[in-house]
Amino acid sequence: MKNKLPLTIKETQDGLIKKEFSAVELVDSYLGQIKRYNEEYNIFLTICEDEAYKKAKELDKSGAYATPLAGVVTSYKDIFLTKGVRTTAGSKVLESYIPPYSATSVSRIENAGAIPIGKLNCDAWAHGSSGENSDFGSTKNPWNKEYVPGGSSSGSGAALAANMSLITTGTDTCGSIRLPANYCFSVAIKPTYGAVSRYGVIAMASSLDTVGPIGRTVEDVETVFNVIKGEDGFDGTVTNEERKVKSEKLKIGIPKEFFTGGIDPEVEKTITLAIEVLKNEGVEFKEVTLPSTKYAIDVYYVIQPAEVSSNLGRFDGIRYGNGRDAFGDEAKRRIMLGTYVLSAGYYDAYYLKAMKVRSKIISEVDKVFDEVDALIAPVAPTPPFKLGDKVSDPLTMYLTDVYAATANLCGIPSLALPSGFSKLGLPLGFQLMGPRFSENNLFELGKTCHRAMSYEPKVAF
Amino acid sequence: MNTKLIPIIGMEIHIEPNTKSKMFCACPQDHFGKAPNTQVCPICLGLPGALPFANYEGIAKTVKLGLALGSKISEFSKFYRKNYFYPDLPKGFQTSQLDSPFCVGGSLNGFAINHIHLEEDAGKLVHETIDGKKCSLVDFNRSGCALIELVTEPVFHDIPSVISFVKELQLVARYIDISGADMEKGSMRLEANISLSEEEKVKSGELPNYKVELKNINSFKFLEKAVSAEIKRQTEAIERGEVLVQETRGYDEVKQSTFSQRSKADAHDYRYFPEADLPPIELTKSQIANIKSQIPELPESKRKRFEEEYKLSKDFADILVSEKARSDYFEEAVKLGQGSSPSAKTVADLMINKKLDEQFPEPAGLVKKIVELTKVEYASTEEVENAVKSVLIENEKAVADYKGGNGNVIGFLIGMTQKKLQGKGSSQIVREKLLEGIQK
Repeated sequence: MKNKLPLTIKETQDGLIKKEFSAVELVDSYLGQIKRYNEEYNIFLTICEDEAYKKAKELDKSGAYATPLAGVVTSYKDIFLTKGVRTTAGSKVLESYIPPYSATSVSRIENAGAIPIGKLNCDAWAHGSSGENSDFGSTKNPWNKEYVPGGSSSGSGAALAANMSLITTGTDTCGSIRLPANYCFSVAIKPTYGAVSRYGVIAMASSLDTVGPIGRTVEDVETVFNVIKGEDGFDGTVTNEERKVKSEKLKIGIPKEFFTGGIDPEVEKTITLAIEVLKNEGVEFKEVTLPSTKYAIDVYYVIQPAEVSSNLGRFDGIRYGNGRDAFGDEAKRRIMLGTYVLSAGYYDAYYLKAMKVRSKIISEVDKVFDEVDALIAPVAPTPPFKLGDKVSDPLTMYLTDVYAATANLCGIPSLALPSGFSKLGLPLGFQLMGPRFSENNLFELGKTCHRAMSYEPKVAF
Repeated sequence: MNTKLIPIIGMEIHIEPNTKSKMFCACPQDHFGKAPNTQVCPICLGLPGALPFANYEGIAKTVKLGLALGSKISEFSKFYRKNYFYPDLPKGFQTSQLDSPFCVGGSLNGFAINHIHLEEDAGKLVHETIDGKKCSLVDFNRSGCALIELVTEPVFHDIPSVISFVKELQLVARYIDISGADMEKGSMRLEANISLSEEEKVKSGELPNYKVELKNINSFKFLEKAVSAEIKRQTEAIERGEVLVQETRGYDEVKQSTFSQRSKADAHDYRYFPEADLPPIELTKSQIANIKSQIPELPESKRKRFEEEYKLSKDFADILVSEKARSDYFEEAVKLGQGSSPSAKTVADLMINKKLDEQFPEPAGLVKKIVELTKVEYASTEEVENAVKSVLIENEKAVADYKGGNGNVIGFLIGMTQKKLQGKGSSQIVREKLLEGIQK
C-alpha cells in the first residue's frame, strides 16, 4: 500500500470506495505491521492470515461496502470465542482450545463486513490491570515499551496504538476496556450491563462483565457498539432498551470522591482542561457527592472473586486439555478468595454485606443522575506505570481500578476518552459515565469534547 | 426403653417435566434411550462463554404443579448457583433455587408440602470396561434438562402414607400433563429423609437433631423395602443406646439393608449465590391465571364425583381414576350409552372385570358391544315415557300406596311398565321415569 494506513472507519471505507487501496492491500499492511512489531510488543496471540485474506478478497470482488463495518480490520481480545480459531483467555489452561462456536459480538461484527485478523493478548481470564498476568507474557505499551498498556484487554489497547487493527474488542469487569484505551490513547465504551450480549465471551464475573469496542474515534466506537448491541436470544440479561439523546443543555457532575488524594497531578490537569473545553461548549458542571463509592473497590473484590470461583469451576481438568495446575497465581488467588467469601459461616459477613453495599452505591448513583446527565472522572489514578512496578503487589495493582469499579457495580455505561499526553509522552484521558442505556448521550458528549479539543487519532508507529 | 419410637419421614421428589426443550437451551428434553451425547450444545455442555436462557415452559409446568397442590405461587422468583464438583456436572455448578422457589407450601393427601422448586439435571456417568480397562464415561444428554423438585414437610409417620402420597403425586403429574412421572425411565426419583423420635416429642412437634437421607430409590417396591430397613436399623441402634448421626445412606437390595454413603463431616458446602446470568423471574397474575385454567379435574375430586354421580364403589372409582385416559373412556361410554345401555355401574364392571375397554379403543365400540351382549334392544326414552304414563293412569291405587309410604310398590310398577315395553326398557330409565311421573 502506497499510503499510510487509514485510522478511522470513514477513511477506510472512503479509500475502498475510491479504489485508493484494496481490502487485500489493507490486510497486507496490517499484517506487515504485526509481523514487524509483534515479537517485540507481544500483542497478538494468534494471527488469522488466511481468514483475513479470504474475507478481504471476497470484499474486493463483491464491492459490498455498504455494511457498517465493511473492510474494517478487526481483532478480538482472546476471551471472545471464535469458531475454529484457538481461544485461550490468556491462560495456559486453554492453550490448545478451539471453540465450536463464535460469540454473538464476533458474529455480528463479521456479518457487518469486518475482516478478522487475529486474537489479542490479555491478562489470563481477564484478571489484571496491566497485562502482566497473561500466561503468554506481558504486552508492552507501543507508546513506550517499558510501560504497561493497561489491562486486562492489554492487546486490545496496544493493537490500536501499534496500528495493527482498526477496531478491537475488549471486556470490562472493572476497567478492563477503559484502562487499556486510556493507556494507549484510544476511545472505548464500557456499555450498560445488559446492552451487549456476553454470549460466547469467557465469563469472569457474570454480574459485572461487559463487552465493548475500542477504536480511535468516538464515531468508530459508536458504529461498532450499534452493530453488537441488542438482544440475541442467548444472553437473558440483554434488553433493547435505549435512552433518547438529550437535546437541551447538559449538566455533568464532578464527584468529589474521585478527586481526592492519590490522584496524579497530570491526570487531574487533563480533566481540568477537559472541563474547561466542555464549559466553553455550553456544558454545565456541578460538584456532586457519592459517599459510598469509596467502598466500591472493596465491594468489587468480594463479589468478583465469588463469581470467578464459580465460573472457573468448569475448568476441572476433565475437558479442554490442560489440568488445574495450569492456572496462574492470580486465578488461584481469586478462586480461593471467592470460595472463602461464599463459604458457610462467611457468606453473610462478606458476600451478603458486599451485595448490600453494592445496592447502596447503586441507589446513590441513581440519585445523582436525577441531578446530572453524566459524571466525569479519571479512568485510573496515574498515567501508565512501568512493567514490573506493581505486579508483585496484588493490592497495589487492585487499586489501579479504584475509579473503574463504580460503573461495573452499577451496570452503567462509561466512555473513555483520550485527551493528551504526559510530560513523558504517555497517554492521558478521562471517563464519562451516564445512567443505564445512555450510551448515545455519552457519544454526543464525547464528540463535542473531541471536536472542541481538535482531537486527532494517533498511533505510536 | 419404654417410650414408643415413631418414624418421622420427609420426602424429596424429583420430577422431570415433559417440556419440549431443556431448561436453559434448545436441546430436546426427552433423553430416554437416546444415543449418548447426541442431544447436546455449548450451553448444556457448559462450554466456555455459554450462557443459560430460561425456558418458560419449564417454569409454567412447575407453577402448574404448585397450583394443583394448593401452593402459593411466587410472583418474584430467582435462580441460584449450587457449586460442587462432579464429572457429570460440566459447569461446576447446578442451576437451582434457594430462597424464592416458584411454589411455597401446599398439600396432597393431607400431607404438607414445604416447597416446589425448579432446577437443572446433571449428565450421567456410565461405567464400562473398554479393552479390558475399567473406565467411566459421561453422557450429557440429560445435562441441563428441566427438573422439578418437591420437598414435603417431615409429616409422614408410616410407610403406607408415604407410598400413597407418592402414587397420588405421580397421578396428579400425569393428570395435569407435566410429566409421565415414570420411575423406570427416571422421570420420577425419590429420596426419603428418615429419623426416629419418642411419641411424646413427635406430638409436641419437636424434631430429632439428625436425619438420614436415603438416596437412589427407583421403584415403589424399593421405597417400601428401603424405608422399612432403615427404620429397623435406627430402632435397633437406639435400643442399643447408640447416638444416630446425620448421613446419606443407600439401599442394598441383596443384603436388604442400608449402607452409609456420606457422613455429615464430608457434606458439601454448596456455596449458593444468585445466578447473575438469569434475571429474576416475575410472573404476572394473568400468566398464573392462564396456567391455572389449564388444570383439569384432579384425581381426588374425580373419585368423589364418580362415587356420587355414577354410584360407583370406592374401589371401582379408584381403579378408573388411576388412569386419566381410562376415566375419560368410562365417562364417554356412559354418555354415549345414555338411554339405551345398562347403568354406569355395568360399564365400569365390564371395563374393570372383563377388561372390555382393552378390546375397543373407542368408547362407542364398547357401548355397541354391551348392547349386543345383553341382546336387548332398548326402548327409546319416548317409548318409556309413554308406557310409564299409561301404567300410572291404570294403577292409581299402587301410586297412592307408594305415596303413602309403601316403597315396595315401585317394583310392581316397574314390572307393569316392562310388560308394556315387552321387556325392552332400560331398568334405570324406567325407574327414573316412574319416579318422575309419581312426583308430578
